[in-house]
Amino acid sequence: MKYLKQFLIIIGISFLGEVIHHFIPLPIPASIYGMLLLFLLLEVRIVKPEHIRETCTFLIQAMPIMFIPPGVGLLEKWGYIDDIWLPLIAALAISTIVVMAISGWVTQLVNRAIHKKDQEELS
Amino acid sequence: MSLFTQSMFFGVTITLFTYFLGVWIKSKLKLAIFNPLLISIILIILFLAGSGIDYQVYSDGADYISYLITPATVCLALPMYDQMEALKKNAAGVVCGILSGCLTSALCILACSLIFQFNHQIYITLLPKSITTAIGIGLSEEMGGIATVTVLSIIITGIFGNMIAEGFLKLIRVTDPVAKGIAIGTSAHVMGTAKAMELGETEGAMSSLSIAVAGVVTVVVAPLFSMLL
Repeated sequence: MKYLKQFLIIIGISFLGEVIHHFIPLPIPASIYGMLLLFLLLEVRIVKPEHIRETCTFLIQAMPIMFIPPGVGLLEKWGYIDDIWLPLIAALAISTIVVMAISGWVTQLVNRAIHKKDQEELS
Repeated sequence: MSLFTQSMFFGVTITLFTYFLGVWIKSKLKLAIFNPLLISIILIILFLAGSGIDYQVYSDGADYISYLITPATVCLALPMYDQMEALKKNAAGVVCGILSGCLTSALCILACSLIFQFNHQIYITLLPKSITTAIGIGLSEEMGGIATVTVLSIIITGIFGNMIAEGFLKLIRVTDPVAKGIAIGTSAHVMGTAKAMELGETEGAMSSLSIAVAGVVTVVVAPLFSMLL
């Protein structure tokens, strides 16, 4: 029964995410509304971590597998990029590398600067 | 052959089997290029091509796995909640990191489009490539891009980000778990987050948060950039 209850909560919130998506027509998907809703419910303690922990852990661990079918789907859609695939993949690879580097560096630099300041104020 | 074409479990079985094969290969050969996700995708494509089984037959069953993407994304709220302390303590860094990442993404696509001489439609199609598919599709359509190619780009970006994240972040000396998570989530959305989860709780939580924030920021930034080319 424990897992049934956990699954019900998670699927129920996914459904509520879809309901919100229907009524707030922003280009934000139901899954993100659902994620924010669950976060809110955890914060106000309506849902407690132990109500969902095991099932959440399972679904998060299984997540990479869920992207295999759309990945295989690339095969079907290849025709759309047949004549520009090389520069396209180059552009995607370059920007992924640069974005990862910049956002990582900026976060690390700002964090270090702030924590250093905190420590100086403490001492 | 009709045995395969009529079974709903064929697609799921081959998906799970090739993924475990990928995990096994990765554990034997510790190289980032042997990414279980990538290995599984390649093996299935080869298998389908070799056996002549239609993609539709595979996806009829396998799409049930993808059906779980929405509930799994909802679940990402739990690690975010667990890591609330780390999030509050690093709020400034987190916000700056995600914002700079979104701007960099748009600038990079603009630069690449100029270098590779992509037309306007390809340019706007690529603008949402670092964010999660469901936001990306909507955004691409709204700006007049080709949604299918946006989805392709998002998946290629995700696989690539998932593959390089661990080694690349080490190489450029990003060691702070918060910064690692933000870097992965901002550059490679949910598919990268799957990797961040393997690296650690903090990395996973920060990456989850980045998906939501980067998605929303890009909804604002991309239409502005779409006017530049």
